Amino acid sequence: MQRQNIRELFPALDQKVYGKPLVYLDNAATAQRPNSVVELQARLARSSNANIHRAVHKLASDATEAYENTREYVRGFLNAKSRSEIVFTSGATASLNLVAFSFGEAFIGKGDEVIVSVAEHHSNIVPWQMLCDRKGASLKVLDIDENGRLSHDALEKLISERTKIVAISHISNVLGLVNPVRDLCAVCHKFGVPVLIDGAQGIVHVKVDVQEIGCDFYAFSGHKIYAATGTGVLYGRKELLDAMPPFMGGGEMIKSVSFSGTTYAESPTKFEAGTQNINAVPTLIPAIEFAKAHETDPAITEFVYRKLTEDERITLYGTGLEHKIPLFSFAVKGAHHEDLALILDKMGIAVRSGQMCAEPLMDRLGVTGLLRASFAPYNTLEEAEYFIECLNKAIDMLV
Amino acid sequence: MTLEEKKQQVIEDFSMYEEWLDKYEYLIELGKALEPFSDADKTEDRLIKGCQSRVWLASELKDGKLYFRADSDAIITKGIISLLIDVYSGHTPAEISADDFGFIAEIGLKDNLSPTRANGLVSMIETIRKIAGEAGNDAPKNGE
Repeated sequence: MQRQNIRELFPALDQKVYGKPLVYLDNAATAQRPNSVVELQARLARSSNANIHRAVHKLASDATEAYENTREYVRGFLNAKSRSEIVFTSGATASLNLVAFSFGEAFIGKGDEVIVSVAEHHSNIVPWQMLCDRKGASLKVLDIDENGRLSHDALEKLISERTKIVAISHISNVLGLVNPVRDLCAVCHKFGVPVLIDGAQGIVHVKVDVQEIGCDFYAFSGHKIYAATGTGVLYGRKELLDAMPPFMGGGEMIKSVSFSGTTYAESPTKFEAGTQNINAVPTLIPAIEFAKAHETDPAITEFVYRKLTEDERITLYGTGLEHKIPLFSFAVKGAHHEDLALILDKMGIAVRSGQMCAEPLMDRLGVTGLLRASFAPYNTLEEAEYFIECLNKAIDMLV
Repeated sequence: MTLEEKKQQVIEDFSMYEEWLDKYEYLIELGKALEPFSDADKTEDRLIKGCQSRVWLASELKDGKLYFRADSDAIITKGIISLLIDVYSGHTPAEISADDFGFIAEIGLKDNLSPTRANGLVSMIETIRKIAGEAGNDAPKNGE
């Protein structure tokens, strides 16, 4: 499909900001949604808005079918063994908090250790810190290599007999490099340690097969993969989910309730307390269908990578084209990231600036913040060229 | 110049620029012209929270009037705060406290800067107000 035809599927792209055509390069924060997603959500709200699972009427049955079909679809997409391994959440953050709480309750005690990497998003750090504080456990930090990737050698050295879980990202939202998650999982399993993969960026750019990767948990958000916001997925290996207590109590997640004691439903229902995001979850299907059929133009990745690395004023963090996704975080000598982002904004270009929810990584890199441009299949090479041209103009204004 | 005259001057200066990039060019010039703080001046208590960039603001009360100095690691922010301190330096705490800071909205900065930036701007204004309020309380009440 021609890029122009792809763009026509995304209504939000066809607009001007400050009189300039919008060039949306903040896809790693939130991707735009295709018409198929926007329309499905609206159609469900109009025609099948009813609470799922409980009632016997037609609308409830339609809504339940749409919701549960999505679970089966996501199971197939991730190649999970069973539907009971697919839990719907409000996003990757909720998925990560769920595991940190419920796995932590079941398996983590005083003196135990949790390993995260220095390149994690705050969502994959803070829930673990909260857990460690609660339990008297400690958090150990896996460093990145000189390019910005995680290595299984470094991980192996960090694992001890007190290590209870390793939580790392498939792709850092700052560095944009695909980590060797299969090798990392293999190392952990050698020591019998479960692994959680934060796939918020990974799910968008890599074909994910949870059995092939060998991870115990895989978490992602819908809104970064073109689905409605407020949707998310947690894949968890059945044996672990079965052994974990619920994260939240409420409707739907129980088997029976009485004041002498309540019993819980099986997974995934056990982890889906309360009314779910019933009009939005089914949008995962058209969103993932789009993602499977389209990839970002590889010429964009090569072009932007070359332009940023050959410019002496610019330091790109996360190097090595071999593992690079079209996500570029960089610093410009003598120009503040916020100034650059403000000027680019007035040229119609949406980029991210700041710490990108990864303060520990910023400290590790020795910067106060970075500028990030992240591309999607609907971005064109012309937009990438315009971005580089405007970046140069902005630098000239500032330096 | 009175506070009112200074504000009118800023509004007039800004009205010359129709394009956003020209407004930014002007702010960048102002930012570059503002004398930077020494590292020793950049203390934690002078740091203004709420900005994506860092801003340091220092004040001094002399002969009943407040004088501000400021710095930032981002140049557009520095330009904006340069405007603010030019306008409000040399006025009494009472004058500053009574001001509504509405001229910022009039030159379009508050509405058109990013929400993060606008929050930073709001923080700067709140800090200037707070300083004026505290200086007003501390100053001997001579009556009018």
